[in-house]
Amino acid sequence: MKPFEDVIIDIQGLSFARSGRPIFRDVNIQIPRGKITAIMGPSGTGKTTLLKLIGGQLKPAKGSIVMDGQNIPRLGRRELFEIRERMGMLFQSGALFTDMSVYENVAFPLRVHTDLPEQMIRDIVLMKLNAVGLRGAKDLMPSELSGGMARRVALARAIALDPDLVMYDEPFTGQDPIAMGVLVNLIRRLNEALGHTSIIVSHDIQETLGIADYIYLIADGEVVAQGTPQELKEVDSAKVKQFMQGLPDGPVPFHFPAAEYVDELMQEARS
Amino acid sequence: MNQLAQLGRGALGKLAAFGRSGIILGHVLVAKPQPRTMLPLLLQQIYFVGVLSLIIIVVSGLFIGMVLGLQGYTILVDYGSEQAVGQMVALSLVRELAPVVTALLFAGRAGSALTAEIGLMKATEQLSSLEMIGVDPLRRIIAPRFWAGFYCLPVLAAIFSVVGVYGGALVGVDWLGIYEGSFWANMQHSVDFFDDVLNGLFKAVVFGFVVTWIAVFQGYDCIPTSEGISQATTRTVVLSSLAVLALDFVLTALMFGDF
Ligand SMILES: Nc1ncnc2c1ncn2[C@@H]1O[C@H](COP(=O)(O)OP(=O)(O)O)[C@@H](O)[C@H]1O
Ligand SMILES: [Mg+2]
Repeated sequence: MKPFEDVIIDIQGLSFARSGRPIFRDVNIQIPRGKITAIMGPSGTGKTTLLKLIGGQLKPAKGSIVMDGQNIPRLGRRELFEIRERMGMLFQSGALFTDMSVYENVAFPLRVHTDLPEQMIRDIVLMKLNAVGLRGAKDLMPSELSGGMARRVALARAIALDPDLVMYDEPFTGQDPIAMGVLVNLIRRLNEALGHTSIIVSHDIQETLGIADYIYLIADGEVVAQGTPQELKEVDSAKVKQFMQGLPDGPVPFHFPAAEYVDELMQEARS
Repeated sequence: MNQLAQLGRGALGKLAAFGRSGIILGHVLVAKPQPRTMLPLLLQQIYFVGVLSLIIIVVSGLFIGMVLGLQGYTILVDYGSEQAVGQMVALSLVRELAPVVTALLFAGRAGSALTAEIGLMKATEQLSSLEMIGVDPLRRIIAPRFWAGFYCLPVLAAIFSVVGVYGGALVGVDWLGIYEGSFWANMQHSVDFFDDVLNGLFKAVVFGFVVTWIAVFQGYDCIPTSEGISQATTRTVVLSSLAVLALDFVLTALMFGDF
């Protein structure tokens, strides 16, 4: 089952558990090259975990994660650091280096991985900061930025090396409506202009439907639906409908796995 | 039976943590040196870990030296041998108090700060972020901090000794009026460079290694929440203090125990 012509990331039979609780069970996901792929699902299903698995920061219990012929979980430390140069990751919190200015944060990957002269680094940094609308903030320290601004600086840093694959972890949360619109456009534009592949993790349905080429919907450790935004809107499954329409109750539980509420209350009453 | 199992699990957990700390240490020790990027980072950490600890070390050294001078005088004057105060002050400082007290203060001042800083970097995903940029946090963050602590503690202990001896002289000679010539001569005569100074320095080197290792490991291995960081910081201070005191006994027995 390979719906795409050119796949950059091929995940087969992935299983992963955290403190004994299974997060993924035998999951297959293909990320098409040059496209924007969204991973959606209720919070706590393991979307961030999936990105960390792709980045090789976590090792799966079973299965393969192949990027251009290299099985990431099997790579040695050095090969892993090499392949990560081709990935950019925007963390949920931004994760800027707090002891460096905005400018130095964006320049950091360039300084580490290239021997470019300072003048060229400067040009690239200003270009990337301009792209996220924060060229004027270049001398600020991360502690002087709002959450949304920090995320955009982190985006500039994630694309500093023009990676082949950019992973966005919840890029839309905490953005005001204007910045949100800008960001959606930005991700789209960057994807087209730089020709990289994007993976967006999100639970903002409207924004994601608006820019994704392909969507995986995960819940309960499985891919419950996949397809283009149009296909997904037409899927006739209670689980998918519930999520796409944002209903709290349905086949996908809103609650973290727990004992029956009544039982727990009774237990407390008894003891 | 249940308690036994719990005890076993606790022991296994400790053993696993010890193993992880060994792996981290291994990475730090065998990392290929990259002087161009590492040197500025190391100097910066030497400033944070060493230079900023100077005040507490100097002040403590001065007071401990002064107290030693005073106590030594009140004891020795009864035997009419108060000119031995210099010898007593210098030997206690160089052999024991300088390395031990410096290491304890260092654990509280610099060790806890290292743990908290690294833990916070972990909690705010800065370490993950470094990894994803393709930079090994063990090299970039842990190694310079470890080496800075390792280099700084012996130097701080030496400063502690010097200042302490000065404090002893201040009380003994300037205040209580011990004859200056015999104060210093006695000291010079009795303090042996190899037996006392080098052994004391060796202790400080061992303590620097152990305290900084504990501090960076606790930070790197902490649970990345505010609660986890505070627990890790406490553990750094408690574990390093215990380790320093226990190791001090072992080292003293090995160095001076051949009766
Ligand atoms: N460091 C961790 N240790 C143990 N469990 C974790 C850890 N991080 C996340 N989890 C658990 O893994 C599950 C998936 O987390 P995550 O990938 O962050 O979800 P999402 O990003 O989809 O909201 C959650 O149920 C969470 O409780
Ligand atoms: Mg998440």
